[in-house]
Amino acid sequence: MSHSTGQHYVGSHDRASPMNPRETTTTVKVDRDHRVTIGEYTSPNARIRCRDVGVFYGEKQAVQEINLDIGKHQVIALIGPSGCGKSTFLRCLNRMNDTIPDCRVTGEITMDGQPIYGEDVDVVPLRAQVGMVFQKPNPFPKSIFENVAYGPRIHGLVHVKSDMEEIVEKSLRRAGLWDEVKDRLAQPGTGLSGGQQQRLCIARTIAVNPEVILMDEPCSALDPIATAKIEQLIDELRTLYTIVIVTHSMQQAARVSQRTAYFHLGRLIEVGETAQVFTNPQHQLTEDYITGRFG
Amino acid sequence: MSDSSTQKTANARSHDIVMAGLGKRRRAERRFRAYGLVSIMAALVFLVLLFTSIVSKGYSAFLYTNLALDITFDPQMIDPEGARSPEALASGDYDALWKSAIYKLFPDVTERQKKRALTGFVGSSAGQRLRAMVKADPSLIGSTQQVWLPVDDTIDMLAKGNLGDAAELSDKNKDSLIWLTELQNQSRIRKAINKEFFMNGDSREPEAAGIWGAVLGSAFTLLVTIGLSLPIGIAAAIYLEEFASRNRWTDLIEVNINNLAAVPSIVFGLLGLAVFINLFGLPRSSPLVGGLVLTLMTLPVIIIAGRSALKSVPPSVREAALGIGASPVQMVFHHVLPLAMPGMLTGAIIGTARALGESAPLLMIGMVAFIVDVPTGLTSPATVLPVQIYLWADSPERAFVERTSAAIMVLLVFLVMMNGLAVYLRKRYERRW
Amino acid sequence: MLLGVAAYHLGSRRARGLIKPDGPRLHSLPGFYGYYLALWATLPAMMVILLWLLGEGQIITAGALAALPAEMTQGDVNQLSLLVNDIRNVAAGSGYEQADTVIKSAAERYLQLERQSNLLLTVLSLCVSLGGALHAQRRITPEFRARNQVEKILTFGLTGCALLAILTTVGIVLSVLIESIRFFQMVPITDFLFGLKWSPQIAMRSDQVGSSGAFGAIPLLTGTLLISMVAMIVAVPIGLLSAIYLSEYAGPRFRSTAKPLLEILAGIPTVVYGFFAALVVAPFIRELGSSIGLDVSSESALAAGLVMGIMIIPFVCSLSDDFINAVPQSLRDGAYALGATQSETIRQVIMPAALPGVVGGILLAISRAIGETMIVVMAAGLSANLTFNPLAAVTTVTTQIVTLLVGDQEFDSPKTLAAFALGLVLFLLTLALNILALRIVRKYREQYE
Ligand SMILES: Nc1ncnc2c1ncn2[C@@H]1O[C@H](COP(=O)(O)OP(=O)(O)OP(=O)(O)O)[C@@H](O)[C@H]1O
Ligand SMILES: [Mg+2]
Repeated sequence: MSHSTGQHYVGSHDRASPMNPRETTTTVKVDRDHRVTIGEYTSPNARIRCRDVGVFYGEKQAVQEINLDIGKHQVIALIGPSGCGKSTFLRCLNRMNDTIPDCRVTGEITMDGQPIYGEDVDVVPLRAQVGMVFQKPNPFPKSIFENVAYGPRIHGLVHVKSDMEEIVEKSLRRAGLWDEVKDRLAQPGTGLSGGQQQRLCIARTIAVNPEVILMDEPCSALDPIATAKIEQLIDELRTLYTIVIVTHSMQQAARVSQRTAYFHLGRLIEVGETAQVFTNPQHQLTEDYITGRFG
Repeated sequence: MSDSSTQKTANARSHDIVMAGLGKRRRAERRFRAYGLVSIMAALVFLVLLFTSIVSKGYSAFLYTNLALDITFDPQMIDPEGARSPEALASGDYDALWKSAIYKLFPDVTERQKKRALTGFVGSSAGQRLRAMVKADPSLIGSTQQVWLPVDDTIDMLAKGNLGDAAELSDKNKDSLIWLTELQNQSRIRKAINKEFFMNGDSREPEAAGIWGAVLGSAFTLLVTIGLSLPIGIAAAIYLEEFASRNRWTDLIEVNINNLAAVPSIVFGLLGLAVFINLFGLPRSSPLVGGLVLTLMTLPVIIIAGRSALKSVPPSVREAALGIGASPVQMVFHHVLPLAMPGMLTGAIIGTARALGESAPLLMIGMVAFIVDVPTGLTSPATVLPVQIYLWADSPERAFVERTSAAIMVLLVFLVMMNGLAVYLRKRYERRW
Repeated sequence: MLLGVAAYHLGSRRARGLIKPDGPRLHSLPGFYGYYLALWATLPAMMVILLWLLGEGQIITAGALAALPAEMTQGDVNQLSLLVNDIRNVAAGSGYEQADTVIKSAAERYLQLERQSNLLLTVLSLCVSLGGALHAQRRITPEFRARNQVEKILTFGLTGCALLAILTTVGIVLSVLIESIRFFQMVPITDFLFGLKWSPQIAMRSDQVGSSGAFGAIPLLTGTLLISMVAMIVAVPIGLLSAIYLSEYAGPRFRSTAKPLLEILAGIPTVVYGFFAALVVAPFIRELGSSIGLDVSSESALAAGLVMGIMIIPFVCSLSDDFINAVPQSLRDGAYALGATQSETIRQVIMPAALPGVVGGILLAISRAIGETMIVVMAAGLSANLTFNPLAAVTTVTTQIVTLLVGDQEFDSPKTLAAFALGLVLFLLTLALNILALRIVRKYREQYE
């Protein structure tokens, strides 16, 4: 279905929804097979703008017609049932999809006005600006210190050893890991606990001074205490970075994010202020998912 | 927020630094990539070099230079008494026939030495050929026929241009070259398929040396190898994968097999020499012993391949068979084995192909002896194709170089065929569960 | 064989005959009773034949020798074996005319004994076979668990096949060890292991002074090491970089053509490499050397090592490929997400992660280079020089084993026994490398399970 930019809400011309959702606030939901994103997908101080983004794995389309802005210094949560394309969309934002053979991205994604899928765009500075934390902690088989120092080193951010130590310490402090590891920086990063490893990966990511951090279910492999620590960390990091987080936990999304986007079968169904999406979802699918009636 | 603003400047500074270093890193990237490509290309260039050098040296061995002589089957030389009995015909002086024919072609050659050189022009088997002709058809006697006879191997090299420029030739060969050109002008020289090469056993004379003996030797040896290693290897694989319980013994066997697969082949040769020949008294140089040694060598390969083939059969098949009341033995032999068979055979063929190319252990058990006779059985002395190649490669005669290369080509053709079969089997029966 | 088939039919018939509508049910399918009978009919008989054939030769030879006058059989072992060979040759029909009458009579006796033995064997094996069949037949009753019995025998057979692997190893160790011990009784083990001079040829002229020869293995080991080192210098970078390029950079089409091509290199028989080394590479290097004023031996370690390196490239390549692919994608993702370029990811993240595996693979490759025979036999020299100059000619352990054992040999001279001692060294060396490498590789695989 066609889509006109600037139209934030679903028009009443749609066959399936005879009523305008702007007027029908709580009771009437938009029908299931509604095809256009509901809610305010633009953002006044957008850092990343996605327009009509689609992703193909070979012939198969995994994600389609996504329009979404990601604003500065806020946390946006992507939620939705498994396999709906959250990770796929997230990986578009720093072109991690490039590493998958025969994965193709259509549409336009811009960062600070610059298209990131342009011909002459180099992924290296892009990824230095848009860092990523993965579902499973994946520290390098190196020492804790080297894990954090790796990014600054390859990018040539520091040349002096003392500067490097400073960066490592600052990053580990910000990731809330410093006190736990400061005595064993030379030990392998793979020897830490799962939660520590994940925080190490976060420290590794922020050591290169990114502007945006993408997190793909960063807590799914962690126990509740470690999860709480990471959530707190995300909240602190918000002041410095723009964060996009994929999560399966509604509570987590509600706790850490300011905006929430609901994905379903490769489409962005609804996006809005977190509080509004959770208390007053506009779309039937969103409500089903949030209330656990999904199916 | 001041923290936020310092972060912002830090971000901007970082971005600038990253951008500044980018060119250098991109160049490093391209360099690294180029190293990889160059490496592959180097390996492929080696491959091409190997093949071209062997083919360019070897292809000419499949043809041999023949010379047309007008032979007068003079009864005086063949059978002066006129008895025409087989014995009488066999004892005739057939060498005189072609000698006089070639003298006639060059009437101005009178010097003794040059005359001898002239007789050296024709290959040493010429007399036997003429005898065979007369034996087959005694009515030839008295007539004059144009007969194509193989030239001497040096002349063959000369005709093929393998001896280098005219300036580098010895005096004798220079004469030969002059005669050769003259004969070529009379169109008495032609190249024909070198039948001897495919049909003869080994020989000290390059022109009579062939690979047939070695091919048969290889065939006998492989027969023993396949006949033993295939059943034993498959049985061992089945036992280890299906019946053996995991304990210290099976672990030991497993480690053992993996190690055996990496033991140098020559050590197997030592084993063969000490056990099969010295202890059991089996005949030296025989395909039987060769086959036994190669069996021990290929067994680990077949067992390892067999086990991975069995492993790839999904447990659901086993459960289904056991579920309808088959005994474990029936399950394996009726259900699992047929499914795993193509994989096992592929492994077996690859193992056998390796055995076909193997020579080091066979040197140890005496298959390196000079054997003229074509082997007739598993216990007659024989050599195999790779060892024949080794033997010829050691021979000083120029003509053996091209024969060695040609034998290599034949060996490679066999190997390509076997590997092709393996690839075909794999493709044909490839299953995805 | 035939008897076996007959026994199968007999057994299954008999079993079917036992099926009566009111009688007890057969425990197993009739076919199993057939198999049972067939096994009893063939296995014991086969055992008898095998034992017979093993013992036969000795007995017949002894019998034939007994037909000779006593003074002829008084000679030492070598002469005796020559004599036996003569007799066998005559018996086989070759050289009958030249042989003297004593030998001829012995040969006739030999043939006669052989005939008798064959007859006896046939009768005996038939008896055993029939006896076995009868015994089995008597046991066929409906309650008899033929299937279990057959399966038991079958599993025994399978186990035996698997044990053959151990037997082979034991055979290798014993045969090499026993001959080596005999060697070390003649030449002190310390002389062998630490001697700097290798010249076994002297030992051939036993009447001369200094006939003991010199059996110091050090020059051979250094030669082997030198050539293997050259091979590794060629194979490791090329193999590793090729593997990296193939698994990280190459597109699917390039990969699917280049990989099989590289594998062709692995399938070429070593004798072909040897020929290539001796005929093409060695002269080429020699010319190259002389054109820049270097004195290169025509059997230089460089040529042999270079060609051996080429041979090992695909081995290193495919092993490294495996190990690189075993590094989990998440590590790559982690590095890429930081903004590392592909080569940085490979060099600084993937390679360190794959290092243990690659080291294991390289150890396996070294063990291969050490044990490689044909290339060095054909392209390396025979003179045992203690040098590390790759342009000089050196000799290797395998080359010496071949030269010591090929050709006429008296089996008890230190010269031939030295070959077994070298074999022992070779076996132990490669075994140690293999075990180490396989252990490293296994550990590595477990790490990323
Ligand atoms: N590498 C790939 N190749 C082919 N198809 C893929 C690939 N990765 C994902 N897909 C498909 O794309 C769709 C979206 O997958 P994605 O991983 O983005 O889902 P998700 O929302 O992250 O799910 P989850 O919550 O389980 O992580 C799925 O149908 C999946 O099968
Ligand atoms: Mg996901």
